[in-house]
Amino acid sequence: MKRNIQLWLSLVLMLVALYLVFVYVPTEKEMGIVQRIFYLMVPTAWLALLSFLVVFIGSTLYLVKRGLKWDILAHSSAEVGIVFTTLALIVGSLWAKPIWGVWWTWEEPRLTSTLVLWFIYFAYFMVRSFASEEFRGARFAAVVGIIGFVDIPIIALATTLWRGIHPPPLIFQGGLAPSMLLTVLVSVAAFTALYFLLLFQVISMKNDVTEVRKLKELRG
Amino acid sequence: MSGTNTAPQARAVSVQGLTKSFGNYLALRGIDLEIEHGQSVVIFGPNGAGKTTLIKVLSTIMRPSSGTVSVDGLNLKDNAEEIRHRIGLVAHQTFLYNNLTAYENLEFYSRLYDVSERKQRIHEVAAMVRMTSRLHDRVGTLSRGTQQRLAIARVLLHKPVIMLLDEPETGLDQHAMSMLWKALKAEGKEKRTIILTTHNLERGLELGERLLILDKGKIVYEGSRQALDLAGLEEAYEHSTRG
Amino acid sequence: MNFWRKVIAITWKDVLSEMRTREIIFSVLIFTLLVIVIFNFAFGASQQLMVLVAPGILWVTFAFAGVLSLNRSFIPEKEESCLEGLMVCPISREVIYVGKMLGSLLFMLIIEAIALPIFAVLFNLPVLSLQLVTITVFTTIGFVAVGTLFSALAVNTKAREMVLPILFFPIVVPIIIGAVEASSLALSGKPWGDLSPWLQIIGAFDAIFLVVSFLIFTFVIEE
Repeated sequence: MKRNIQLWLSLVLMLVALYLVFVYVPTEKEMGIVQRIFYLMVPTAWLALLSFLVVFIGSTLYLVKRGLKWDILAHSSAEVGIVFTTLALIVGSLWAKPIWGVWWTWEEPRLTSTLVLWFIYFAYFMVRSFASEEFRGARFAAVVGIIGFVDIPIIALATTLWRGIHPPPLIFQGGLAPSMLLTVLVSVAAFTALYFLLLFQVISMKNDVTEVRKLKELRG
Repeated sequence: MSGTNTAPQARAVSVQGLTKSFGNYLALRGIDLEIEHGQSVVIFGPNGAGKTTLIKVLSTIMRPSSGTVSVDGLNLKDNAEEIRHRIGLVAHQTFLYNNLTAYENLEFYSRLYDVSERKQRIHEVAAMVRMTSRLHDRVGTLSRGTQQRLAIARVLLHKPVIMLLDEPETGLDQHAMSMLWKALKAEGKEKRTIILTTHNLERGLELGERLLILDKGKIVYEGSRQALDLAGLEEAYEHSTRG
Repeated sequence: MNFWRKVIAITWKDVLSEMRTREIIFSVLIFTLLVIVIFNFAFGASQQLMVLVAPGILWVTFAFAGVLSLNRSFIPEKEESCLEGLMVCPISREVIYVGKMLGSLLFMLIIEAIALPIFAVLFNLPVLSLQLVTITVFTTIGFVAVGTLFSALAVNTKAREMVLPILFFPIVVPIIIGAVEASSLALSGKPWGDLSPWLQIIGAFDAIFLVVSFLIFTFVIEE
């Protein structure tokens, strides 16, 4: 029942967002149609961060309370998170091409920071698979989750300073027209709903795997 | 219950409802155990029974998943550091650094254990295991047997009142084993408490007064040397670890 | 203070062991010098180019050398289960962390103290300034703060030589950026004021990760 509500909510929000992005919001003066990628860039970057925040929360609770469900929360969020981080990098690259004429640039600190975040996600998974036992992998991954998350603001600060840009206001540099602001916010909301939908889906799958394993053990 | 004051009638070891899980795997499933000072307890069990896990929890290497553990009247959760002053661990590995000399190893540990009059004590324990002549040789150059004797010297440095031995016969040869046993019994006016795990039923029967059998994380049998002989013990072992 | 006495005992033990074998210092030092020489060939003979790339070369070299050195930190503790031997001693888990960390710090500083003058000679650059020494010391502290934690973790995994760098490099990106930028300014003779924002980033990183690693270490070594 709850799953259905989530599904419908995400669907509706996404449709509204799509409408806003492609029909409602006027074309931006300078960059033209391509600028609409912005409405995809902001949510994916936001999700990359939100996912890791949840990884951090799950990791901390796992180390402190040792309940397996916290590890499942962190692990699931990491799986969703790395997908969105990859997406953010691709979208960022698509954004860069028409503006700077290159597929990648080190000039955009947010792109650079996202790349480093991607590697932190990777390290999270690597440490899990290279541990000799599953429970050890969970514990090590939790450590990476905590250290990685604490590092994110420092990475963002360092990469921004590196490009000689003073830390900009959160999302946009100039002012945003009200219609654009609305579109961005709805996009972010739609993607956030999508995140939670995917998160609970993955958690549910992991719980099923645990159930099956328990049943197998009982059978002997 | 105040910090480090030992209650006058405190038991050597008091365990209630101890469980230890690794992820989904439950290694210890509810252990209740009371051991008085001066007792020698031998714990038998097949591989995977949880013997090493139990020793690791008692020696504070691992924390319990649930339950309470008290060593010498001190609660494991709050006083782990203080507990470690009073226990000694002997296991398959020697805990020795190969690049350092025997003397340097003993000096290192005596610093960590706050041993008073280090130099004197080091020579004392070296004499006990008869390796005074090799004290200034690098551990890596010593024979395995000598390393084992050094490991015994190491554990005696701080005069622990409770000894934990995890399958010592796998790490120690016959000679070292009897040397260890003699050394354990020798020092101090009070008898040391000894908790030992082993595979070897015959050896265990020789060494322990109280005999426990651990299987699949639970204590499944308890007996005493007075009441059992080897055949009886073998039968009890077969019976309780079946299925 | 009991805490520090036991920390020093552990650090001293590592120093003693290293003096016996000179394993870390020799091999990592030779590696460091080799990397510097190879970079020298890679970037050709132009002195102007050298001035531009020198800070980057310096810090890439130190970062790789750091990983090599940190990798060795917990290997002797794995043999004969010495780490468990330490865990049974009446010391807190944090004593182990600080003791090992100071040991790694000392080794890295010694290697850097030898490599810097050689770097100065090979690149014909004024690297022996107070500014550069300060940058080096503080960045190295950052390296060992997280590196010791990760080393203890990596030693318990399969393919530990691969795990440590993959963990280490993304996390230390901020202080590598800081060190390179600050070094570049220092080599151009800029005043302390210009270096200040970068030094602050490195300092903040050090402070934060010394505390976080100190708190988390127990979870890495205890099952």
